[in-house]
Amino acid sequence: MEAIRATFFQECDELLSDLEAGLLDLQTGAGDGETVNAVFRAVHSVKGGAGAFGLDDLVRFAHVFETTLDEVRTGRLAAGPDETALMLRAADVLSDHVTAAKGGPAVDQTAAAVVAGELERLAGVEAGGGAADEEPDFGFVPAALSLDEPSGATGEWRVRFTPLAALYRNANDGLLLLRELERLGDVEARLDMDALTGLDAFDAETPLLTFQVQLTAGPEVDEARIREVFEFVEGDCDLTITAPDAGGDADTEALLARLMLEATPVEAAPVTAAETPVAVAAAPSSGGGEPLVQTTIRVDLERVDRLIDLVGELVINQAMLAQRVNEAGLARNGAVAVGLDDLEQLTREIQDSVMAIRAQPVKSVFQRMPRLVREVAAATGKRVRLVTDGEGTEVDKTVIERLSEPITHMIRNAIDHGLEAPEARHAAGKAEEGTVRLSAQHRSGRIVIEVADDGRGIDRERVRAIAVDRGVIAADAVLTDEEIDNLIFAPGFSTAEAVSDISGRGVGMDVVKRSIQALGGRIVITSRPGLGSTFTLSLPLTLAVLDGMVVTVGDHTLVVPISVIVETLQPKAADIRPLGPGGTVLAVRGGHAPLIDIGGVLGWRGAAAEGPPGGVTLLVESELGGLAALRVDAIQGQRQVVIKSLEQNYRQVEGVAAATILGDGRVALILDVDGLIATRRRAGSAPRPQPLAQAS
Amino acid sequence: MSQTDTPPRELIAFRIGDQEFCVDIRAVREIRGWSPATPLPLAPAYVRGVINLRGAVLPIVDLGARLGLGTTEPEARHVIIVARVGLRTVGLLVEAVSDILGVAEEMIQPTPDIACEVVRAFVKGVIPVDGRMISLIALDGLLPETEVEEAA
Repeated sequence: MEAIRATFFQECDELLSDLEAGLLDLQTGAGDGETVNAVFRAVHSVKGGAGAFGLDDLVRFAHVFETTLDEVRTGRLAAGPDETALMLRAADVLSDHVTAAKGGPAVDQTAAAVVAGELERLAGVEAGGGAADEEPDFGFVPAALSLDEPSGATGEWRVRFTPLAALYRNANDGLLLLRELERLGDVEARLDMDALTGLDAFDAETPLLTFQVQLTAGPEVDEARIREVFEFVEGDCDLTITAPDAGGDADTEALLARLMLEATPVEAAPVTAAETPVAVAAAPSSGGGEPLVQTTIRVDLERVDRLIDLVGELVINQAMLAQRVNEAGLARNGAVAVGLDDLEQLTREIQDSVMAIRAQPVKSVFQRMPRLVREVAAATGKRVRLVTDGEGTEVDKTVIERLSEPITHMIRNAIDHGLEAPEARHAAGKAEEGTVRLSAQHRSGRIVIEVADDGRGIDRERVRAIAVDRGVIAADAVLTDEEIDNLIFAPGFSTAEAVSDISGRGVGMDVVKRSIQALGGRIVITSRPGLGSTFTLSLPLTLAVLDGMVVTVGDHTLVVPISVIVETLQPKAADIRPLGPGGTVLAVRGGHAPLIDIGGVLGWRGAAAEGPPGGVTLLVESELGGLAALRVDAIQGQRQVVIKSLEQNYRQVEGVAAATILGDGRVALILDVDGLIATRRRAGSAPRPQPLAQAS
Repeated sequence: MSQTDTPPRELIAFRIGDQEFCVDIRAVREIRGWSPATPLPLAPAYVRGVINLRGAVLPIVDLGARLGLGTTEPEARHVIIVARVGLRTVGLLVEAVSDILGVAEEMIQPTPDIACEVVRAFVKGVIPVDGRMISLIALDGLLPETEVEEAA
């Protein structure tokens, strides 16, 4: 049951995003009749699934929403800007209901009630006014209500229910529906044996069972309630419902059962006929009768991860094999070497293909943003249009999961700090509605996300003043415009003078930057006064492999992530200067960067300062944007390595981000440069890297 | 304490120096030869480093050092017992595996009360076998859990 529930919620997420996309199309005028139908179907399907799980709040709200959408669908209600705006809010509420049902935070009932009330008013008033003199049609709810049976009768309803093949094809289950009936009263269900064919006429694809149900229910149950149970299989089953007074005496039920087989269809014929238009209209909602050609499958993520692990091992094994063959001194053009080349090619292709399985379009993150924009815009009283681009850009699932938070922050920031209020925009000669552009693209093996606004740009004077005020920079520091702009990422900096409700909540941009750097990413902001600002975020396409520089320290082989390396150099002895007891700095790029001997910090050799000058130095950018120089003995080369967890079997090690396995089958550690610098700093012998001594 | 009710526990016995120890066979995944480990920075002396176990990174604990019997200088003849400790998989460096024992629960005697703290922490009982004494080791707490325990 849990598994089915999980599937339902997965589907809900898809349906809700379809719903939102459809409504946005309607809002921009890009939608047509089919869009309205799609929107209606989405709400209808959510409601259907929710009904099966007894999520009553969700069903109730979805029903109201659906009723209004039905008005639009039938053309009785025109979906103007106000209406679509309301429906977008309704979609948000619906999404909240789903989240609540998942175990998330409870729905804001007041807000939900307001939206529901507006929806009802929209549906009721418009329908009443516009359609007063029309024929009552067989829309969902009206049809059901018009068939009210004489109420007040406690009695035995007879329900004849024959599931058709389509019902099972749409993953419904007759049994569940019968159980659902039990909620209304006592149910006695029996199989109609006469409807069975012999084995000779048996077709495995065609359901044969017809259920004869006797429902003893209180006066509160009417035909509409019973029909509601079967709402989602309409058109997928033959259903006749006979009211108590038509059914006859309960005691003679056994005798009458046979008679009813003949009598019921005739008696209920008008009902069936009346329902037909509804059934046709509702058919697409359950996926239609058409067989779906499956182009995608759901796969448990664990299986994919296992596959990726295995391919990682295959890559390592292949490299080991190549090394052994090389060591054995076999001829380069021999059959073995040629075969090995083919193997390498294949291995690489398999690795790429497997990684592609986990690749997902950023759409799943982007589509959450329109709502955020609506909310932030409402809270700030600004008018904002969100334009998205490159939603189809694919990136590894591990990265997708980490994108949402930084993008949320960037957008909040863009609206709250970037865009001006409508009056100010008007005064500046801009359109009152501000634009925030969210885009994604691939650039040199990385994904680049940009959030651009057309607001006022960064007020450099103010940023600078605040930075000086908070001690982030010295009062006389000489900074380029670019450096000033990027001060907003400095720890302890928050641009809003009064912490606002939007951007001031939660974490600052420094935390965002740090979490991005932890993933091997970078974030910068560029700004043009009066024209707007652009956040640019770049991340590796996957967190499963990493481009690393393989270096030697003593007898050890280490991997340094390429993403942090600014430059590699062989410093002259004259450029290395002592500072304080045991500290060393390297004169580089017109500044001084602390020189850190990796072997020393990791405890693999004695005091760092004692080591011979020479070797190679990697200039790296630390978490604070400062530079540091890491001394290693030699550089072996650049390689893509598969990231392996150390925590899984051991624990986190300071200065080490993870491990990997090299071509010789041995484990090599991947350095965590920021952690290493922090360790070094705590050791107390290294000078603090100058914040922003160097913009990347 | 009926003798027929308790099935004998199966234990893997191994040697470190001149002492014999054993662990429950259910915790043991495999036994493999020694291969050079990659040392971890700032690790306790008994953590030899990590090795590649078919793609997983496996920490190696020098069991002798952990039990305070002095560090082992590993050679090719040494073996690694790959064992499950809680949710982790850990390699135990020992000198040699000597035996597989089937021992009834009542044969396990309480650990003699000696002052050594390490013995109290890890030795859960002793078993007399053919005139020898084999100590039953509990594997929990073998790895350092917190930074505090880290004694480089």
